[in-house]
Amino acid sequence: MSITYLEAIREAQAHALRDDPRVFIYGQDVGAFGGAFKATKNLQKEFPGRVLDAPISEDAMVGLAVGSAIEGMRPIIEMQFADFSTVGFNQIVNQAATLFWRTQVSCPITVRLPFGGTSGSGPFHSQCIEAIYAHYPGIVVLTPATVEDAYSMLLSAVAINDPVIFCEHKFLYYHLKAEKLPSEALPIGKARIAREGRDLTIVTYSAMVHEALAAATELATEGWEIEVVDLRSVKPLDTDTIVASVARTGRLLCVGEAWPWGGVTAEVIARVTAEGYGLLDAPPQRLNAKDTPVPYHPNLWAAHRPTSRSVAAAARNLLRT
Amino acid sequence: MLQSVSEPRTVGEAQLAAYRFMLRARLLDDKFAALYRAGKIHGGVFLGRGQEALSAAIGVSLNKTDVFAPLIRDAAGRLAFGEPIIDAVRTYLGSALGPMRGRDGNVHRGNPQAGYLPMISHLGAMISVVNGVLFARRMKGITGIVGAACLGEGATSTGSFHEALNQAAVEKLPLVLIVANNQYAYSTPNDRQFACDDLAHKAVGYGVQAHTLVGNDFSACMEVVGGAVARARAGHGPQLIVANLLRLCGHGEHDDAGYIVPELKNSPLGRDCMKVAEEVLLQNKLADTAQFAVWRSEAIREIEEAVAQVQREPAPDPFAENWTALSSESLVEGRE
Repeated sequence: MSITYLEAIREAQAHALRDDPRVFIYGQDVGAFGGAFKATKNLQKEFPGRVLDAPISEDAMVGLAVGSAIEGMRPIIEMQFADFSTVGFNQIVNQAATLFWRTQVSCPITVRLPFGGTSGSGPFHSQCIEAIYAHYPGIVVLTPATVEDAYSMLLSAVAINDPVIFCEHKFLYYHLKAEKLPSEALPIGKARIAREGRDLTIVTYSAMVHEALAAATELATEGWEIEVVDLRSVKPLDTDTIVASVARTGRLLCVGEAWPWGGVTAEVIARVTAEGYGLLDAPPQRLNAKDTPVPYHPNLWAAHRPTSRSVAAAARNLLRT
Repeated sequence: MLQSVSEPRTVGEAQLAAYRFMLRARLLDDKFAALYRAGKIHGGVFLGRGQEALSAAIGVSLNKTDVFAPLIRDAAGRLAFGEPIIDAVRTYLGSALGPMRGRDGNVHRGNPQAGYLPMISHLGAMISVVNGVLFARRMKGITGIVGAACLGEGATSTGSFHEALNQAAVEKLPLVLIVANNQYAYSTPNDRQFACDDLAHKAVGYGVQAHTLVGNDFSACMEVVGGAVARARAGHGPQLIVANLLRLCGHGEHDDAGYIVPELKNSPLGRDCMKVAEEVLLQNKLADTAQFAVWRSEAIREIEEAVAQVQREPAPDPFAENWTALSSESLVEGRE
């Protein structure tokens, strides 16, 4: 048996619905149709009345989730694409994210964002906007890179008593496979050493973990041992694991598929520079997408985002510094 | 303490209860305005002057088990829904003992688990939250409840209003949406806000029943709001109420409302609903002026006592503050 990243997300939701009567799923086309990506396939049939189509109203979808959370429910909201969550942005960052702080009433909602680029998806179906959610207090932002994490972290997301932005990468949906679903997992907030090395640390998350691992394999043929840190969660951010890795390697490259201004890679570099300046043998570097909307044509798209080739090139430059 | 009651009662009893909430709200607002002028309040003060009849009608039409998302001019409705005066005072004065503990202030107060939702400032954003509470209760098998959300006419221009009213209609939720059309959104007059003849027409587009009334007509407020709440409770789906009235103050106490044209102030809409309500009670021999005076002095005493008490209470202590926005302590960075 093998299971894909997308199937793991479906299985996690089925598990959550089965285990907890407070869980329901609300989003566009999630019902009988099973979702634009089929992440809720057959769930409506299996859990009648608990997997519901929503009108095309992201603001109202999140508002409804917050109201139901106040009543003790644990809604999962599927945004059809992360890009469209900006229509519900106000409810996420001003309603959901402030509720506990203002009132001491928890807001356990999970907002699933199918995010990131795939070939041919263009400017409005490709965005990586984890950093804008992470910027706001009161939100947990998760970015699983593996099938196992997609499953276990989505289960965790539903169990967390705070709003969770669950960034699931569309590029990983179909081709990333595992033999079985995990029975245990690292806690939320812990980064994972995806590959050990001693010459340079690449800190990254989500689909870029796989680009970084491919780059590390390539660089291994040149004699370099690259350590790859998979953040798993961008908020909270596991600074300790990052700094410990930099302590071993002395060099830091941060890779993100998101745009370059600010964001997760900038945050990692700011923290390492502040907390581990003396550990660095060279100026820390970062590699992000280009500062334009995400292009449609595969030729342009491949050059817009970091790939294993550009990651390896950036790592080589840093190794020579 | 005066409480709204859920058991059936006569029209006269309901009117008396509503008037007393109106009176207390007006006097409480007056006190906040005085404290503001005295520099005792951080931030703004927002009054419900001229809108008390509508607001009280909403509050007394709801049961304790209903859901209420008031707006900035709903002191009367809040009191009628059961908010203690001291909660309002504590929030305005930022007391650490208040429901918002100094983290949020003035009209941003509530008790979510009691169905009393604390507004955020983004207009229209509370409607879908009310929908969510109603939706969840239906999932839990709780029936016979109503959710009321209050707005001004300005909020009808927002996407949130559209999305949430449509959502409530699709889900056939027992939502009562009350639009206080007070002619100005801050300073913006209606002819710069919308172009339809009557905001109630918007309901047709959503498949929602609409009710229109004049918001300083005390009897109409009681009858129409009560009727709409009853219809929602009986399972007839969302109800939109449009109350045409005039705000008899600025947007906040910082605003002299010089933009309100004299023609409106001198029109029937400019009549104070407090006076209208008193006339109704006098005409129907439900109370006399001596009784009004007694209620007035009782309310003033209660308000003054609350203010005196809160002024002795501790302010929030930034050194004792738990500076985290997360409920999950284990996910707060730096706290393993």
